[in-house]
Amino acid sequence: MRHLLSIADVSKAEAISILDTANELARVSEGAVKKLPTLRGRTIVNLFAEDSTRTRISFEAAAKRLSADVINFSAKGSSVSKGESLKDTAMTLQAMGADAVVIRHSASGAAQRLADSQWMSGSVINAGDGTHEHPSQALLDAFTIRKHLSLGKSDLEGISVAIVGDVLHSRVARSNVLLLSKLGAKVTLVAPPTLLPVGVETWPCTVSYDLDAVVPFVDVVMMLRVQQERMTDFYFPNAREYSRYFGLNTDRMKVMKSGSIVMHPGPMNRGLEISAEVADSARSVITEQVTNGVSVRMAILYVLLTGGALEAGMN
Amino acid sequence: MSTVDLVIKGGQLSDGRKVDLCISGEKIVDVTEKFVGQATSTVDAQGCIILPGLVDLHTHLREPGREDAETVLSGSRAGAKGGFTALSAMANTSPVADTAGVVEQVYRLGQEAGLLDVFPIGAVTQGLKGQTLSEIGAMADSVAQVRVFSDDGNCVSDPLVMRRALEYIKKFGGVIAQHAQDPRMTVGSQMNEGAVSSRLGLKGWPAVAEEAIIARDVLLADHVQSRLHICHLTTAGGVEIIRWAKARGINVTAEVTPHHLLLTDDLASSYDPIYKVNPPLRTQRDVHALREALADGTIDIVATDHAPHPLEDKECEWQEAAFGMLGLETALSIVQKTMIDTSLMNWDQVAERMSHAPARIGGYIQQGQKIAVGSNANLTVINPTQSWRVDRDLVLSNSSNTPYHGHELPGVVLHTFYKGKQTLNNGAMTDKEKM
Repeated sequence: MRHLLSIADVSKAEAISILDTANELARVSEGAVKKLPTLRGRTIVNLFAEDSTRTRISFEAAAKRLSADVINFSAKGSSVSKGESLKDTAMTLQAMGADAVVIRHSASGAAQRLADSQWMSGSVINAGDGTHEHPSQALLDAFTIRKHLSLGKSDLEGISVAIVGDVLHSRVARSNVLLLSKLGAKVTLVAPPTLLPVGVETWPCTVSYDLDAVVPFVDVVMMLRVQQERMTDFYFPNAREYSRYFGLNTDRMKVMKSGSIVMHPGPMNRGLEISAEVADSARSVITEQVTNGVSVRMAILYVLLTGGALEAGMN
Repeated sequence: MSTVDLVIKGGQLSDGRKVDLCISGEKIVDVTEKFVGQATSTVDAQGCIILPGLVDLHTHLREPGREDAETVLSGSRAGAKGGFTALSAMANTSPVADTAGVVEQVYRLGQEAGLLDVFPIGAVTQGLKGQTLSEIGAMADSVAQVRVFSDDGNCVSDPLVMRRALEYIKKFGGVIAQHAQDPRMTVGSQMNEGAVSSRLGLKGWPAVAEEAIIARDVLLADHVQSRLHICHLTTAGGVEIIRWAKARGINVTAEVTPHHLLLTDDLASSYDPIYKVNPPLRTQRDVHALREALADGTIDIVATDHAPHPLEDKECEWQEAAFGMLGLETALSIVQKTMIDTSLMNWDQVAERMSHAPARIGGYIQQGQKIAVGSNANLTVINPTQSWRVDRDLVLSNSSNTPYHGHELPGVVLHTFYKGKQTLNNGAMTDKEKM
């Protein structure tokens, strides 16, 4: 693997190898000295052309724990019309000798454009592109699910996952549907019909409009953030009605299977798609997702920049 | 023995007849099995098809305003290279062609270039804003004698404005060429809405946004008994509506672009904006429907929607990029590839769809004439057995945004004659000295 642009490009074996590497690297994060010398002298640029605090600091922590030099480049709204073009930004980074670029961008496909162009030669890691994909989030979600529910198996065979909310605009949903189904999980999308894309019937998952019919039967309920601007574009009548039909509250949590978990990629709208009680409950693994995010992103950087996985026991 | 200016020897007309074709001045003076007289010059057309000069009803020449993308001269050269003897310059220039002054300027620039006829299209509404009719009458009465009106790039979406425009042009037998795109259903749209857009996370452009406007406008044209032309039809559903409207006797014509006859929306998977175009590339099912409709005459013509853009407007993120692709230099090859080499059409039908019919729709009486004695010598000679490789660095257009870079295409346009004058000789422009 040279780039991480879309889960579609990642094989099941490669995904498992990243999760296994993350497992090994997690032990580093648990130690007193949270640092490995692996990427010493390598430069990683965080190119964030869209606001994101958690993903940026997660990648930054991951790179620093591998001893890489990290440059944070915030270029909000990088486009031809609004200022410097993506091409000029890329050529600037190339001139600075970036070994890898972690890119967050509001345009779907921006990471692939960067990787396919001749503008720069380093690895490109998609940290979320528009409404397309967010592959590192899916990998950290798979890592978290595997840790809780796989009973020691390397894949997610037999595990059922509901992804609930604004699928239409969610890069997290797109990456997770691809990755979780690839790893053997059974994925069900739950959303109002307005927030499911035309064409969703071609995705490797099933679809439901009824959260109550799904919640009691799945091992994982993954809630998606509902953005404020969706309220004004006729996707649903109002926030209360959305919450009533598609919010995860204590009543719904009560009927969840024993041992099942609640996930959310953050940032949460408490009281809208998830109630505070659920977010802070024992089923919630939401803060653990953040912790795992660092290990998984370390693994991604490790695999892309050293060209190999970390075998168990190598450290 | 007679002496003629030029004889094109041994070519095959679209009906299959093998002829020697003689030109003197601006006219065809003889079409004969074997010419035995004297000719000042001779062009060998053995193995070639001779078509009436191609007429494009939909070209973006960008002048005035965006001369970095294309000028009337550079677009004329690209047209001649592609076998065209007439282009129709769309109104979305800067300033917009919504006054007699602008259309006369474009018309004059075409005359000065002198490589083909440039017929300006007038804007339906002032500034293409869809609110107030532009000076349609003044443009019709100008030197440019505009007959085709279009807000192309924008849809005339207000049904009342569309109704009035359709009525108003009846005064001089004009036609409204509608860019069918419901603006509310396509805010921020990037590509065809379907399986591919769902996967790529690019905002969908539903087929119904095109079809709803077509349905509305054929009914309006019927109601006010006027003439409607639908630009760049792209969907199977749109084809069905046009077929229904024609069966009902509604005065509607339709065009399809070469790229919608060949390319599909899965090309967006590369996120390379070279494939970003308005209306968007659709599915294989739509491509099949468009080809069938062109063959059976439901779709009347092929029009290029040649849309040049400078490099920086395509070398960027998909959603930031401009819509459009070049078309003039590749149009006939794409039509051969999709319609002739698939046995869906013969060359007679190509002559009809790319010359006679567009000239008729546009009211271009000097163009699209049958190849016969006394007709204007506007001719295109294509060798259908040769092929060529498209190279974006070698196009004559000022822009290089062709989606066919590196493609091997059938059919080489060897010669183009405009009013008896050879503008393209053996694939090379004859006006080099001017450049």
